Amino acid sequence: MKALVVDDSRAMRTILSRILRKAGAAEVREAADGCEAIACLESGAIPDLVLVDWNMPNMNGLELVNALRRRPEWRQVTIVMVTTESEQRQIVRALAAGAHEYVIKPFEEESLFDKLALLGFPQASAVTGTGSTQQEVFSA
Amino acid sequence: MPVLADQFQYVRQLVLAKTAIVLGEDKNYLVESRLTPIARDLGLGDANAVVDRLRGSSSTALEQQVLEALTTNETLWFRDRQPFDALANHVLPQLVQKNSATRQLRVWSAACSSGQEIYSIAMLLDERFPQLHNGWRVDLFGTDFSTEMVKRAKEGTYTTLEVNRGLPASLLVRYFDREGANWRLKAPLRARARFSTINLAAPWPAMGAFDLVLLRNVLIYFDLPTKQRILRSASQQLAPGGFILLGGAETAIGLCPDLGPVKMGDATFYSPKGQQV
Repeated sequence: MKALVVDDSRAMRTILSRILRKAGAAEVREAADGCEAIACLESGAIPDLVLVDWNMPNMNGLELVNALRRRPEWRQVTIVMVTTESEQRQIVRALAAGAHEYVIKPFEEESLFDKLALLGFPQASAVTGTGSTQQEVFSA
Repeated sequence: MPVLADQFQYVRQLVLAKTAIVLGEDKNYLVESRLTPIARDLGLGDANAVVDRLRGSSSTALEQQVLEALTTNETLWFRDRQPFDALANHVLPQLVQKNSATRQLRVWSAACSSGQEIYSIAMLLDERFPQLHNGWRVDLFGTDFSTEMVKRAKEGTYTTLEVNRGLPASLLVRYFDREGANWRLKAPLRARARFSTINLAAPWPAMGAFDLVLLRNVLIYFDLPTKQRILRSASQQLAPGGFILLGGAETAIGLCPDLGPVKMGDATFYSPKGQQV
């Protein structure tokens, strides 16, 4: 699995990248906003999975989802929003725009594994459901 | 601060005597982490002080609180993909067809914790089997040792951390409402499940026969004779043609001669041997 993490917080990018490698990602790139993410894809590095924050400068997460869905060559990319935005209508908007899944911050590592397993990333299934009772919680 | 060795042994014996659940020798951290919040609530120093209080009093309320804290386990929505795929594509279609004359379907989540498993079944039925709205009597029953968990399951309110665990976002927005910082299952879905307190290690009340018994990730905590007794009782609780589902790391083989494995999709279920096709 190749992945791209798009978040304006460097700390959050580091956390998400680490979790993705644990979930079997062979390659994880990082972008600080939607514009950087688009540039990354335009350079030819098309990932299988993009994790997208909502609130970012230059181009926000929802705009990025819309941009990803407009380009036929990027339609296969799986998009998961990972954001503090937790209003029901925002989740509906993100899904309608073309996000496949939505994780609300704060979140546990396991919840991201669960979502990736749900989306059919097989190596994530192997690390999820391990029954740990104490989880580190990551927030923005 | 870790729980002192003799305090830990006292707690292990208590849990075994009251619930038949075996706390492993390596579970000191669990006792510490689960009793520390109780210590805080009671204004005591640490988990050791809770055990001191427990040993020095005859309070059944404190005993129940400690037992519940130690026997409550993590739970998530649609836990494990393979059994839920098998339920959706094989088991439930077969049960719905089998019961098409009686138009009745009964499912028991035997260690329901805060309700995620039985409510996942409720959502699955709603999504995939709309015909059940047409005059069927669907009984979704969740039971747990913990009165606190049963109360939470009835309430149907979950934190963001809890709804993040395994619940597809599309189902979150369809079946839940935001209530402050939490999410609450909408009333029609809550009304489809009922809950009660049952200690699986003690004699069970009369419950009638079930088409599907979910007994997942709970046997692992019991000693061998209790596991055998629970499996035998569960097999007797099945309606003809019914199934038992155990956790991914659990098996009935060698524990219950009445039950045999049945492969459904990529998951293994169990049914009484005489009924297997």
